[in-house]
Amino acid sequence: MTRKNGRARAVAFGKGLYLALILLFLYLPIFTLMVLSFNEGKTMSKWTGFSLKWYEEMFSSRTIMDALGNTLTIAFWAAAIATVVGLLACIGMNAMKDRSRLVLMGINNIPLLNADIVTGISIMMTFIVCGISLNYGTVLFSHITFCIPYVILSVMPKFKQLESHTYEAALDLGASPVYAFFKVVLPDIMPGVLSGFLLSFTMSVDDFVITHFTRGAGINTLSTLIYSQVKVGIRPTLYALSTVIFVLVLVILIVVNILSNRKETEEL
Amino acid sequence: MTKKLFSGPFLAFILCGTIVPMCVIAFYGLTDRSGAFTLENILAIATRNHAQALGLSLGLALISTAICLLLAFPLGLILKDSKLGKKGFMVFVFILPMWMNFLLRTMAWQVLLERNGIINIALKALGLPLLDIINTPAAVVLGMVYDYLPFMVLPIYNALIKIDKSLIEAAYDLGADRALVLRKVLIPLSVPGIVSGITMVFVPSLTTFAISTMLGGGKVNLIGNIIEQEFTVSSNWNLGAGLSLVMMVFIIISMALIEKFDREGEGNMI
Repeated sequence: MTRKNGRARAVAFGKGLYLALILLFLYLPIFTLMVLSFNEGKTMSKWTGFSLKWYEEMFSSRTIMDALGNTLTIAFWAAAIATVVGLLACIGMNAMKDRSRLVLMGINNIPLLNADIVTGISIMMTFIVCGISLNYGTVLFSHITFCIPYVILSVMPKFKQLESHTYEAALDLGASPVYAFFKVVLPDIMPGVLSGFLLSFTMSVDDFVITHFTRGAGINTLSTLIYSQVKVGIRPTLYALSTVIFVLVLVILIVVNILSNRKETEEL
Repeated sequence: MTKKLFSGPFLAFILCGTIVPMCVIAFYGLTDRSGAFTLENILAIATRNHAQALGLSLGLALISTAICLLLAFPLGLILKDSKLGKKGFMVFVFILPMWMNFLLRTMAWQVLLERNGIINIALKALGLPLLDIINTPAAVVLGMVYDYLPFMVLPIYNALIKIDKSLIEAAYDLGADRALVLRKVLIPLSVPGIVSGITMVFVPSLTTFAISTMLGGGKVNLIGNIIEQEFTVSSNWNLGAGLSLVMMVFIIISMALIEKFDREGEGNMI
């Protein structure tokens, strides 16, 4: 009995140790940046005192704030347009024959599985061949293009679960197709639409490679700005930026989790 | 039916954003500067520099994929067995870093690994030998594992929690030990998740240029770096497009692998 207990305890200890080591691996780099962002001196090898000056420098830096603005507006518009286009595409595809739908879904998967570098290069070449100069609009277009597949993949399964009779019943009872769609269909597929929007937004914020090739010289998003700054030498303002981004992501994810948990319990 | 017309904008985006660009890249890859057909840009992969870069990319991508798999599978098993109330939180904790910009995460390792960086300061204080891996392939592998580990954990975990508990209990009841259950039940039933995780780590590792630039200090030249430089520095589009086509062959192979093992899309992130 005691030997068995001992073994179980050893196994539990081993599991705990394994989890702790991976957590250390995942979070040590992030926490290091957080600590360094409050270091007064410029070097990372010496702690010279607590200071918020890198945060001040970051918030007063035109380049960083412009890049942040570009990142957020591109992500918002890309996600919004991709959501509308993707939702319309799902409605259209459901009216199609199985074969054409399958072909379209297959093509829809190409940007998801293709390497970012190939997607980025090919879109950039197409713009230049067509004589379109690279700017904010070209980045936005490429972001919409790679976001649409995520929307379709989140919305399409909801359409499959949909009870088609309710929509038909609404029509029989005199609702116009548009009214029936907004009153009957949309509420049922809303979770898919929302998750498609959120997924698109985060994919757009996270993207570096495709933006790198399609942005032209004039504009930066946070990703391209970080890349160009790291190449010439890391400044502590980037530590401050990392800390702010990490805290923001943490807060947003916790809020989203709490909201979705609450909704689930309400539905039960 | 007019309903089909709703797909119009989507088709336009697919045409302008995916199909035409793919044709453009294929055209450039198969022609020379004057526009005449040539296979030179494809065959250029055989020159020493390019072949070395492709070999190194394949090698590093394989190593980091293997490390991610070895780290993620036990992690998935432990997470699957953790208590129900804690489960959501635990998975959240292991996936959270994925939501932070990967360039910042890669930069963090640059800070940690530098010759006078945090890790070496700690090692020096403990009187241990210093770690000198920045600007080597080892640092690039470390960066890849760090950046892409969540992409392996998530599909494997999703496949593992779908396994029917009674199957595992039945195997134990019939006299199987832990190792046999792992080999005969858990691993075979999580193959879709494993395959999907492998492609999700392998493709970005194979094609990256940012990680090798940041942690390799210009000394680790991957195929992604060579292609990127053809477009941003030497602007030889034909060569860059030709090398991209070669790289796509490897992507298509991994797509075929998903198709084969993951028919039901069980390992999907969504």
